[in-house]
Amino acid sequence: MIQVQHLRRCFGPVVAVDDISFTAEKGDVLGFLGPNGAGKSTAMKMLACFLAPDGGTANICGHDILTEPVQVRQCIGYLAENAPCYNEMTVAGFLDFVCDARRISGAQRKKALDRIVPMCSIDSVYHQTIETLSKGYRRRVGLAQALIHDPQVLILDEPTDGLDPNQKHEVRQLIGQMAQEKCIIISTHILEEVEQVCNRAIIIARGQILVDSTPKALTKEHGCNLNEVFRKITSTKKSA
Amino acid sequence: MNSFWAVFKRELKGYFATPVAYVFLVIFLLAAGYWPFMEGFFELRQADLRLFFDKMPIIFVFMVSAVAMRLWAEERKNGSIELLLTLPVTVTQAVLGKFFAAWVFLGIGLLLTFPLPVTVAYLGDPDAGQIAVGYLGSFLMAGSFLSIGMFFSALTKNQVISLILSVVACLIFVFAGHPSTLNFVASTLSPAAANVFEILSFQNHFDSIMRGVMELKDISYFVILMVAWCYAGMIILEERKAT
Repeated sequence: MIQVQHLRRCFGPVVAVDDISFTAEKGDVLGFLGPNGAGKSTAMKMLACFLAPDGGTANICGHDILTEPVQVRQCIGYLAENAPCYNEMTVAGFLDFVCDARRISGAQRKKALDRIVPMCSIDSVYHQTIETLSKGYRRRVGLAQALIHDPQVLILDEPTDGLDPNQKHEVRQLIGQMAQEKCIIISTHILEEVEQVCNRAIIIARGQILVDSTPKALTKEHGCNLNEVFRKITSTKKSA
Repeated sequence: MNSFWAVFKRELKGYFATPVAYVFLVIFLLAAGYWPFMEGFFELRQADLRLFFDKMPIIFVFMVSAVAMRLWAEERKNGSIELLLTLPVTVTQAVLGKFFAAWVFLGIGLLLTFPLPVTVAYLGDPDAGQIAVGYLGSFLMAGSFLSIGMFFSALTKNQVISLILSVVACLIFVFAGHPSTLNFVASTLSPAAANVFEILSFQNHFDSIMRGVMELKDISYFVILMVAWCYAGMIILEERKAT
């Protein structure tokens, strides 16, 4: 479903993403790991067609991100880092706008809202202004926005960052529920999360893919838990 | 163009969801209503709105820039641009949606000055055509200022910088056509250069519309200006949206 080929992006002299390639299929929950500034967000922004790559390309659901960005955006759900929203709108108004932009109308819209609102447990704040919501609710509104059109591909940039343990658990459960029929990419630096929800892990540092494996294989191979594996891999490469 | 309408609808509603619309409308109507009277609207004993329309360029320089400053600067500052442009919305649709929503909003402001023409019509027998043309000219000018302001809003994340740049740019367009500027250019450069300044300035085209004649060259001046600045805004936004 996702084929990434030699994707590359620089910001001035800094190479943020340096020639990464990977593929992901339906049923994959791919964990994108790496230290801060490793290029996780930049790579995800390129897949979501927000940032144009300097080189390479990617194909999502049969559409190329360079030539058919609008079609790509139609079949993905994207939650950006910090889940930006229009703060002055109510949750209802905001989801209405997203439906408008995604051309979900009439009975279809009602169905989508009836499905998504309980799923993300935002019933109780449905008529509140987004800026009055707590961080956890705001994140859930962001998730609702990304899931409203039932996308085949989900790209979530640190979906559990800043949530309390209960909320983290809920989001992970939500991801687990959807894992079967979707292809999901999650970036995070919480490694327990990877062990719980991901069936694949890609570790990147300084824009390059260092490891493309499964969490189980990684812990087995190195004979220690994922935290130590992560430290071993990203720090040895740095000193080299 | 469904996504265009989605952006358009959200933006226009957004003005009235926040105090922006009400603060703007009150100040604008106060300025536009008070100024003509201060300069002797009644004493002139003429049934027209010349004094009212004369003040429009200078009022619009500030008011339109204030409306335009937040269009993109705010989106970039709070990151919602990343949401907007990862929905199936192209930069062109987003820019046009925002532009037309703000333009319609300014149009609403202009329409709300209706007590002035009503007053004039009650007291005398004004030329309705001239007033209609005056309003149309003001609306076109508002759109041109708006496209300039939106360009500067796309240029920076800081709303204050965007406001100042757009006020200065609009003032240059207005004052380029003033007699003192033209005299200065004619004496230091050449009369031909002064001619170019005059053709490029707002004042010249606005004045000719205010005389009650809607000429193609004046309309196309404003339309070309809007298209060019909006297009420049799209290019800048495409380039800078992620930084």
